[in-house]
Amino acid sequence: MTKFMLLMNMDGGNCDTPMLEWNEADMKAHMDHLGEGIERLRKSGELVEVQGLTWPSHAKVVRASSVTAPVLTDGPYAESKEVLAGYTMIDVESEERAYEIAAWQSAAPGPGGVPLEQPIEVRRVMESDADLHDF
Amino acid sequence: MRTSTTSEPDHEFEDLLRELTPQVLGAVVRWSGDFAAAEDAVQEALLAAATTWPRDGRPDNPKSWLIQTASRRLIDEVRQQRARRRREERAALREVPAEEVEEYDDTLRLLFLCCHPALTPASAIALTLRAVGGLTTAEIATAYLVPEATMAQRISRAKQKLKGASFELDADPDRLRNVLHVLYLMFNEGYTSTSGPELHRSDLSSEAIRLTRAVRKQLPDDGQVTGLLALMLLTDARRAARTGEGGELIPLAEQDRSLWDHDRITEGVALAVEAFETPPLGEYQIQAAIAALHDEVDRAEDTDWPQILALYGLLEDLSGNPMVKLNRAIAAAMVDGPDAGLKLLEPLDDELAGHYRLDATRGHLYEMRGDHQAAAEHFRAAARGTTSLPERNYLLAKAASLS
Repeated sequence: MTKFMLLMNMDGGNCDTPMLEWNEADMKAHMDHLGEGIERLRKSGELVEVQGLTWPSHAKVVRASSVTAPVLTDGPYAESKEVLAGYTMIDVESEERAYEIAAWQSAAPGPGGVPLEQPIEVRRVMESDADLHDF
Repeated sequence: MRTSTTSEPDHEFEDLLRELTPQVLGAVVRWSGDFAAAEDAVQEALLAAATTWPRDGRPDNPKSWLIQTASRRLIDEVRQQRARRRREERAALREVPAEEVEEYDDTLRLLFLCCHPALTPASAIALTLRAVGGLTTAEIATAYLVPEATMAQRISRAKQKLKGASFELDADPDRLRNVLHVLYLMFNEGYTSTSGPELHRSDLSSEAIRLTRAVRKQLPDDGQVTGLLALMLLTDARRAARTGEGGELIPLAEQDRSLWDHDRITEGVALAVEAFETPPLGEYQIQAAIAALHDEVDRAEDTDWPQILALYGLLEDLSGNPMVKLNRAIAAAMVDGPDAGLKLLEPLDDELAGHYRLDATRGHLYEMRGDHQAAAEHFRAAARGTTSLPERNYLLAKAASLS
């Protein structure tokens, strides 16, 4: 089994309406779709963890400094197109399976039930390779 | 502070239960045909043993006691279910006569069931560790760095998939091959992985060795089984020398051989020789023979490379695995010089395009050739390609030392 992290960006899909402005039914359909996928992963034993992140306006950036105490600034800015909305950690049999799950998330409906086609970044977790031989 | 009721763990008792569990589970599954229900019943019987044996003393025949207890629980369970559903439906349920169960050791049967081809290798390993190895779901989850609930789901789905699967000890060589493959993967999982708490991971290797020993006990004349056990012992013998203090990888040629486990090597070499003399020759026997040639010399420069090269030739005929070709190229370089090795690597550009192992091997061969700049470039390319942190650090250090 291999672990992958699926990163969901807040924007970049085919929808220009910010999620906060969606109507309730559209929002529910969106969350239900994602929730259903998560439930399936839970049942299949492929889910490691899933988290949604708070709005980037609450984020801070911490940077160590050689002259002062660590510097704290307000972090990812609103104009940034790609802001991480949440992530799903999965443990799956193959890379193809990870892409399949990402595709499901990407197809979550947006306003009017139109698939949002959000890009989902699939990142493999750094683990060891399973070759037996030393050389 | 310890209270007076807390007793020291009774290792003898734990070992006995660990050894008996798969035998008991195997017997109950064979008799009932229902894996999931049998496992629940056996867990209850183990719990009953843990509470009553220290009080009443251990029964004369613990295995028989456990089977009887588990089968009674199962009957009770079935009775209750049936009573709930349809009172008139009464099948003749019989208890297992004690004398019928004692002669069998069902461990192997259970192992074959858990390594059923309907399961993915990952599920088969998890189920084997639980049912045959006696590890708890929490222990298996820790080893795989997933939440316990995730592993529980995975195991429970695997069990569901086995519903109705035949529990016959299949003489089909495909089934045995599958079992050996699962054990081989389990071993590798513990041996090569560098993620997670190290102790837990090496437990997987120990467990794979223990189970392979159990298979060999029942199939002592099978060359594949003996070969796999030899391969595991000879590989595991090098564990202590494989990583440095900071967890960095140390390649075979640079390992401190005094750290190798020489008892394991002695046993492994004897088994490798025995396996090699038992045709038909398969991949495990040949790999074991190669490992034996590496392990039985005290100095890397004494390694019998011509023979290793010949063995990789045999292995290549048996399997189309490009990794075998890659290892053969290294052996060829040791025998006939780096250019011979580099030439053998050329056809791998298609098969292994972009694989870090190919770059790493080229790095080593260019280094042997004295071409340090090309070597460093290949090591850096390999470092970009690997997903293992210790391996990446090793490759970057190689590149740095050459530029």
